[in-house]
Amino acid sequence: MQAVASVLVLASLYVLLGVGYVLVYRASRVLNLAQGDLMMLGGYALYATATTVSAAPVVAFPAALAAGALTGVLVYVLLMRPMAGHPIFAAVLVTVSLGIVLRVAVVLVYTDQIRYPGQVMALSNEPLRLPGGAAISTLDALTVLAAAVLVGGLFAFLRGSRLGIRMRAAGERPLLAAQRGIDFNAVFALSWALAALAGALAGSLYASNVRLDPSLGVLGLKAFAVALVGGLDSIGGVVVGALIVAAVEVLTIRHVNPLLSEVSPFLCLLVMLLVRPWGLWGTREELERV
Amino acid sequence: MAYGSGFFKTSYEADMAVLDSGVRRVALAMLVIGLLALPRVASAFVLELLSQAALAAVGALALNVLTGMAGQVSLGHAGFLAAGAFTVGVLVEGWKAGPLVTFPAAAVVGAVLGLAVGAPSLRLKGLYLALGTLAMHFVVLYLGSEYQARWGLNTGVSVPPIVVFDMRLRTGVQWYYVLIALAALAAVVSLNLSRSRVGRAWMAIRDREVAAASLGIAVARYKLLAFVASSTATSLAGAVWAYQRSFVSVEAFSFFVTVEYLAMIVIGGLGSTLGALLGAAFVTLLPYAIDAAVASLLITGAAEYYLFPLKFGAFGFLMALFLLFEPQGLVGMWRRARNWLVLWPLRYAPLRGGR
Repeated sequence: MQAVASVLVLASLYVLLGVGYVLVYRASRVLNLAQGDLMMLGGYALYATATTVSAAPVVAFPAALAAGALTGVLVYVLLMRPMAGHPIFAAVLVTVSLGIVLRVAVVLVYTDQIRYPGQVMALSNEPLRLPGGAAISTLDALTVLAAAVLVGGLFAFLRGSRLGIRMRAAGERPLLAAQRGIDFNAVFALSWALAALAGALAGSLYASNVRLDPSLGVLGLKAFAVALVGGLDSIGGVVVGALIVAAVEVLTIRHVNPLLSEVSPFLCLLVMLLVRPWGLWGTREELERV
Repeated sequence: MAYGSGFFKTSYEADMAVLDSGVRRVALAMLVIGLLALPRVASAFVLELLSQAALAAVGALALNVLTGMAGQVSLGHAGFLAAGAFTVGVLVEGWKAGPLVTFPAAAVVGAVLGLAVGAPSLRLKGLYLALGTLAMHFVVLYLGSEYQARWGLNTGVSVPPIVVFDMRLRTGVQWYYVLIALAALAAVVSLNLSRSRVGRAWMAIRDREVAAASLGIAVARYKLLAFVASSTATSLAGAVWAYQRSFVSVEAFSFFVTVEYLAMIVIGGLGSTLGALLGAAFVTLLPYAIDAAVASLLITGAAEYYLFPLKFGAFGFLMALFLLFEPQGLVGMWRRARNWLVLWPLRYAPLRGGR
């Protein structure tokens, strides 16, 4: 039972990160390798608000999310928009640079000490007893809830709302969308904002639950395996991908070897690339055989 | 090259020549003499820096063959390096093997790994391929850390110096000559590849795969060849790295290293041999240049501590700037400066169409 609970918690974290990859990929056809560092930045935004403005979680969490969304818009306007028309490879490298710059900036301000925003905000983080003898912490439960709300909200937003439909249209065919009067710059900026917001959500939850240090971004690298297993442009796929990757990871920790569990997401990724490169629910695109 | 009027290439041989003008011959001769004579005047620290740059140049040239020439994006360069270094480490630790065994073994391991990573490139393109190479990087690192954990070598594996005819390769000056020679060899190989049938095939594939195939280029074979050539050279560079540092450990081959090598070829100028050399020197020397600048400004104390991360992250920032504003890299800047100088006082070449 505990294993199921662990898988669920880990999968929720991966969902929060994976959704960011998918949103950005749908908007810019770019794999945002700085997603993990955006998550780390969200954690530090939480820490900064908690230490300077107010230690009340009601203030600190929304502030971290707002900072995340703002960063997303800035990244789109300052970096991704000028990269339009350049090779995709170059745009991906720009996100790699962004990740390094963010990490350096955080180290400059906060050094590379490990921080605990959860303690700063005096969150109690009581363990919750679940039926079946499993136990998870309150923040773990909140992570699961956040992931569920985010995915549900995004589904409703993309299916139902006008803006969401525009977003899908612009992601599918920017030129046609622009001709129909959709301001795709605004839509793409919104995609980046949502992606960074999801990252900041993951970061602030993880930071207050576990710990916060500048190398948190490595988690983001693991989460792209999730996005790819599910399909790079499918939000529903992220959930399934996250469950699969998290299950493999938890099972490897428990039954094989903790060292191997560190690479198990990448093994999932390799298997997926060999079998079905476009992922479980992804669209088959720009993949031609030689 | 827009060398104004009066400099025309009239034969195929002239077009293929590497040293096509007297100026270039003189410049190369001066460079060679300068590099050979340097240990007589320069300090041990300068030699160590140049050795590092030379070793980085070998890796950067190898990556440039794959990413710059053949257009296959690799995010697993540090994995190839680690494979070579660990082959040496494992063979030395387990079997006390000499360099005559370890170097061929590293080459074979690199080639096999290149084949394994290259095989998906027949199916995958761009982003997906890059992800595959990145996954490979983590798998190689896992194997390395598993090996270290299994044999209780948690800090790393130490490697004895190379012995050639009873002479130990250990001093900085000896390594300087060896590494400069290796970098020169790699540069010549890379230059010749880019002028040969193989290199032209790679560049055709990079520019447009379908067109290359319709010209009769065996795309699958050449792609695999690019991977194998690049990974073999990188693995050998990793083996040399192991001997030079006399120590192998997983921590030295993080994803950061891959980004450093990518920054080298991007900052230098993608697809250009000179660019890879310039970029390798630039990225290797940048932290020390920042150090020197800070020292000359007499900043001490807390600021010095804060500058430490800046030193090692500056290349990331610069890579973004180059990607945004100068995709041709340092080589592009150099070409423009040279053309300006050659054409001065005119603004552009009298005959358009020269590059």
